[in-house]
Amino acid sequence: MTPAFLILAAIAVAGTAAAMALRNPIHCILALTAGLTGIAALYLQLGAQFAGLTQLMVYVGAVAILAVFAIMMTHRPSSTQRETYSLTGPAIAAALFAVLAWAICHTTTSAQPLPPEPSATVQQIGDALMHHFVLPLEIIGLLLTAALIGAVVIAMDPTKDQSKEPQ
Amino acid sequence: MTLPLDQLFVLTKQHLLAHIPTPAQPIASAILSVTPILIAFPLLFAITTLLERKGLGRIQNRYGPNRTGPLGLWQPIADGIKSLTKEDIVPHTADHAVHLLAPILIAAASFLGYAVLPIGRNMTLLNLNAGVLYFFAVGSLVELAVFMAGWSSRSKYSLLGAMRAIAQMISYEVPLVLASVSVIMQSGSLSTVSIVEQQATYTGIFPHWNIFTPWGILGFALFMVAACAESNRSPFDLPEGESEIIAGYYIEYSGFKFALFFLGEYLGMFATSGMAITLFLGGWSAPLSFLTFIPSYLWFFLKLLVLIAGFIWVRGTLPRLRMDQLMSLAWQFILPLAILNIFVVGVWRFLPSGILRWLICTILIIIPFTFLSRTLKKIKKFQTRTYAFVEYPITSTASPLCNTVLTAPIANSPEPQQP
Repeated sequence: MTPAFLILAAIAVAGTAAAMALRNPIHCILALTAGLTGIAALYLQLGAQFAGLTQLMVYVGAVAILAVFAIMMTHRPSSTQRETYSLTGPAIAAALFAVLAWAICHTTTSAQPLPPEPSATVQQIGDALMHHFVLPLEIIGLLLTAALIGAVVIAMDPTKDQSKEPQ
Repeated sequence: MTLPLDQLFVLTKQHLLAHIPTPAQPIASAILSVTPILIAFPLLFAITTLLERKGLGRIQNRYGPNRTGPLGLWQPIADGIKSLTKEDIVPHTADHAVHLLAPILIAAASFLGYAVLPIGRNMTLLNLNAGVLYFFAVGSLVELAVFMAGWSSRSKYSLLGAMRAIAQMISYEVPLVLASVSVIMQSGSLSTVSIVEQQATYTGIFPHWNIFTPWGILGFALFMVAACAESNRSPFDLPEGESEIIAGYYIEYSGFKFALFFLGEYLGMFATSGMAITLFLGGWSAPLSFLTFIPSYLWFFLKLLVLIAGFIWVRGTLPRLRMDQLMSLAWQFILPLAILNIFVVGVWRFLPSGILRWLICTILIIIPFTFLSRTLKKIKKFQTRTYAFVEYPITSTASPLCNTVLTAPIANSPEPQQP
């Protein structure tokens, strides 16, 4: 419980809490981004550089921007919808928290003494991906490429003649 | 090798740290390392604004600022005082909190990248073993700040500018990262310090900079084009487009907040240029082995100034691109070349060193390059541009402007006028 941990944990918790409490969807996204940045900083503080920086790159650099664009493109949320979740939402959250807390409390690993700090450098991760897990990596790459091409095909306007270039 | 002048700042810091009690040393060390960066780069920003206005003035056949102080040298100070004393106007409908946070975030995020730049020998603030990854990760914070600025202003022009800026930044981040992947593959490390150290060795008098390889030249060119677009500089300055959307995402900012955007933009440009120096131009290492007596940090800043001069030159020379041209350049031309470059590095790495390796890699780059550019040119179907209010064919006799003015009142006369 170092001061650095407390500060970062406070940022993460406050950000995610604000993301749920604020009314403006753009504010929610920004608050959520702050929370995710706090989590990335926690990873970095634990020495997991690759996980932390990837978290920052993917969530702040890509997911937040994507969410922001999606909200801007599909605007006008109806304010009445909020109320329907006022009871079920907290109930589900509390139930999930209870299950997770129960699982963590009853798990056997927490009782064991902590293993020596694992040192997963970027080089080790790269070696593992390129040697041991090269087939899964390739398959995921192929899948993502297919998804990308699919997205382009969906986004293309079928009525437009593709041979004509706009002037 | 470790000349006292070269290690001046490192030794000064150690000397100062020795006077500080042990428990406070980590914090004091961090402060002593961060402060020079916080001073040096904004100072460079001030100098660059002056140099840029002077240089652009020369290119456009005028003087540039020459009223404040000798040769206009105090112009940055005058600009600073002006922006500090200007009224801070916030639009009535603006989202005040986000509007305030955006310039702060953009300035702060622009500074973060400097943490991993090796400014001199033993002068890297943070030697992360994922340094390059860190650099690009914090670079993505700027996009969010740009969005915040554009959205919170509640202005059409700001939002348009922000959307253009983000679309452009996302598109050009891909070739930027892929171009640096080539260097990472060759050096086998993500740490900026070891990337520079590998380049700081010499054969005879020549250094092993990455730019002195076929893939290095291509990678550097792609990196600089992408860096130019990433920092929203001309010819990729569509997000600002003074003639269309006035100033883009920071149109509703005034006074010091505007200055912060300006600062953030230039700091981003310096940081990306610094990364280009680190990856391709040998970081702080001297260009010839007998020049190593000049301190390493001076080499870094010299290289940085050369790159900045290049940016200013390009800005003064090239016209702005159109949005579709910008996007097709990124996705149809630069991206395939960046992927090709990664392939060439792979070939380079597994071939024995010698003249044959050079030949094969050069051919591997030049043939696809020519093929790609010819194909793209064919697809584009360039034709003569026609303008709506011009009579064709245009005769080149006399001045067209003069003719139009003179013939306009007589246009209704029975006999046809020759244009």
